[in-house]
Amino acid sequence: MATLFQGVGAVTPFSASSSLDSNKLLLPSRKSLSISDSRGSIFVYRSDALNLKAATRKQDLLIPNAVATKGETSTSAKSGHELLLFEALREGLEEEMERDPRVCVMGEDVGHYGGSYKVTKGLAEKYGDLRVLDTPIAENSFTGMGIGAAMTGLRPIVEGMNMGFLLLAFNQISNNCGMLHYTSGGQFTIPIVIRGPGGVGRQLGAEHSQRLESYFQSIPGIQMVACSTPYNAKGLMKAAIRSENPVILFEHVLLYNLKERIPDEEYVLSLEEAEMVRPGEHVTILTYSRMRYHVMQAAKTLVNKGYDPEVIDIRSLKPFDLYTIGCSVKKTHRVLIVEECMRTGGIGASLTAAITENFHDYLDAPIVCLSSQDVPTPYAGTLEEWTVVQPAQIVSAVEQLCQ
Amino acid sequence: MSFSATNFAQPRPVPVGIRSNEKSLSSDPFRFRFRGSPSFLGSPHSLRFNPTPPLKLAIPHSRRSPAAAVTDVSNGKMVKSSANMLITKEEGLELYEDMILGRFFEDMCAQMYYRGKMFGFVHLYNGQEAVSTGFIKLLKKEDTVVSTYRDHVHALSKGVPARAVMSELFGKATGCCRGQGGSMHMFSKEHNLIGGFAFIGEGIPVATGAAFSSKYRREVLKEASADHVTLAFFGDGTCNNGQFYECLNMAALWKLPIIFVVENNLWAIGMSHLRATSDPEIWKKGPAFGMAGVHVDGMDVLKVREVAKEAIERARRGDGPTLVECETYRFRGHSLADPDELRDPAEKARYAARDPISALKKYMIENKLANEQELKSIEKKIDEVLDDAVEYSDESPLPPRSQLLENVFADPKGFGIGPDGKYRCEDPKFTQGTAHV
Repeated sequence: MATLFQGVGAVTPFSASSSLDSNKLLLPSRKSLSISDSRGSIFVYRSDALNLKAATRKQDLLIPNAVATKGETSTSAKSGHELLLFEALREGLEEEMERDPRVCVMGEDVGHYGGSYKVTKGLAEKYGDLRVLDTPIAENSFTGMGIGAAMTGLRPIVEGMNMGFLLLAFNQISNNCGMLHYTSGGQFTIPIVIRGPGGVGRQLGAEHSQRLESYFQSIPGIQMVACSTPYNAKGLMKAAIRSENPVILFEHVLLYNLKERIPDEEYVLSLEEAEMVRPGEHVTILTYSRMRYHVMQAAKTLVNKGYDPEVIDIRSLKPFDLYTIGCSVKKTHRVLIVEECMRTGGIGASLTAAITENFHDYLDAPIVCLSSQDVPTPYAGTLEEWTVVQPAQIVSAVEQLCQ
Repeated sequence: MSFSATNFAQPRPVPVGIRSNEKSLSSDPFRFRFRGSPSFLGSPHSLRFNPTPPLKLAIPHSRRSPAAAVTDVSNGKMVKSSANMLITKEEGLELYEDMILGRFFEDMCAQMYYRGKMFGFVHLYNGQEAVSTGFIKLLKKEDTVVSTYRDHVHALSKGVPARAVMSELFGKATGCCRGQGGSMHMFSKEHNLIGGFAFIGEGIPVATGAAFSSKYRREVLKEASADHVTLAFFGDGTCNNGQFYECLNMAALWKLPIIFVVENNLWAIGMSHLRATSDPEIWKKGPAFGMAGVHVDGMDVLKVREVAKEAIERARRGDGPTLVECETYRFRGHSLADPDELRDPAEKARYAARDPISALKKYMIENKLANEQELKSIEKKIDEVLDDAVEYSDESPLPPRSQLLENVFADPKGFGIGPDGKYRCEDPKFTQGTAHV
């Protein structure tokens, strides 16, 4: 079985050999209320649970009340097409640009250069320089320009070359993007998507390793989603573009080369729903973005040790999908949050508060939140490794939680 | 200096006003700075006791247009036949009415504020009406206006009814933004007024985006009739802000149909423009980015209108942006909370003598475009409009609790999924405004 994570310090830990496609099974999704979510359902992710040993009372818990869609069985692993995460983003983007001529992209080096992570490669040749706009280096202003364009009828996607650069656009994101729909009394909508790679990469230095989700989470009026697999990257990209709300889509620098097989048919995911990665009974592990892979790596170890973690990729950082999370908490009674955000004021902190507020009675133990250290990310590889949560820490946290 | 980046035409030598009657500024760049004592650059001491020369405009020869400007006529210098008038009677009356509406409205605001009908920061536009009227009355309804916190009069000139603006100020549900915006956030989709921004400079990129939309519609969506222009109004203080320069660059680079209108009233709250700016001539910053830069007497509505016409036509043709610096003045303080003690009373008096409304009135009467009575009847009409607006606003309801959460998201699913599995916006408490989100 392909490994999901080749260990610390790998340059591109997600090389071609680490395909994430194994036996994918579908669980019926809760009746989704979003119109765009016609086919998007929650994919159950099956990890290396074939090594499942102990866990006596377990049946093979991975056989669901399968509602197979369209012949999607374990033998149909060959349907769909395989691609890398950045290609999935591009595919989603391209499909939306094809579908609606008002969709346009603006950002630094998105046009002729094809995007610094190649998400917009080839689009400028196809759609022209105005539709895939190479901007000067003026984040605040071109983000504001995107907002003005969104208010006057276009559907722009603003790319931050690195999420950290969007700090320069904070004025526009907070004051205008989040607020103008409200302060105009609902007259103007701002269907903008702001996206870009963030997170701790491989020795990129402090300023290029920032996680802005915690800074933006208080802004009223915006939605934040984080993608983690090619499948959800494409689905979330499409959903974000179609949404009438301003959406910030967080990608991760190290995940762009993840390979996965995704369906050929068009699909759009729900922006507000979380993704059940691995159902389990003992403990709920909530995570998002890159930490999902650290968690799944730790899950392998945990399963070998006899634990049965339930892993949920929350995907929607704002608002939280309290239903999926709640159902899980009610089942397992123990929560571990694993995130890459800073400890102070991070997504985990908000999530802890939300869970405590809503599901306090169901908890058998205090919520444990593993976040990055409150340290500017150092350049040195060893130090960098220690600022971020590693699988070993996750394993010991679960062991402690489940005592 | 070569501009190899894009092919743009050298901006043609646009008539520029010189700032003083004597020499041109370039001969003595420090003219405004030092007045005798070597005090710190721009210290208030030097400004107060050695006031800088009034920024009067001499009209250079190149600017003489066949029709007379207001000041010329009132100085008895030029009288032309009515065939060469800058405006027709109807236009004159329209301009007059718009300026009177602006002035009376702002005065009424002050009254209402002191009576406790409105709160917060209220920034009044008295004295600057020529700029708003001069520009906005030339626009089509589909053209866009972006303003700052001093936006009441821009809203009125653009066509937002006085009732809607007044009740917005009163915080009533019938306001143009449902009472959610307030004085500093006037919006109207119908009239294409996109703000109302409280932080200076943050509206300029939004205006650039609106202009970008217009260009996009024309070139990508191939809508032939999409020749809408955008006006961005902002002040002298904003011209030291990064967003201003970034947008000048982008607008000139892509030849966006936008006009940057600087309402240079010399003061940013208590900070004199001369103390804050290394080169106080803002119009010069246009050519630095490859666009036309114009300086105009912002107390003279006809001059403003003339410059505006040219700039708007340039934008509509697709020839790119213009930077227009309007020298103007606000008769009141920065806001109703500003005691306005810093400005020299002599300066205020000088500008009060150049009141744009009295100037236009004088022009129209002397050129037989209207008589006292007609103008008086306009004033009376506006009085009635305002009384009605106040009455309407008084009687309008306050926003109910149910309105609290309504416009946070265009798609209220953005509030997410609650613990019960339903979207929070489906919770009945949500529509009552009491839901916990």
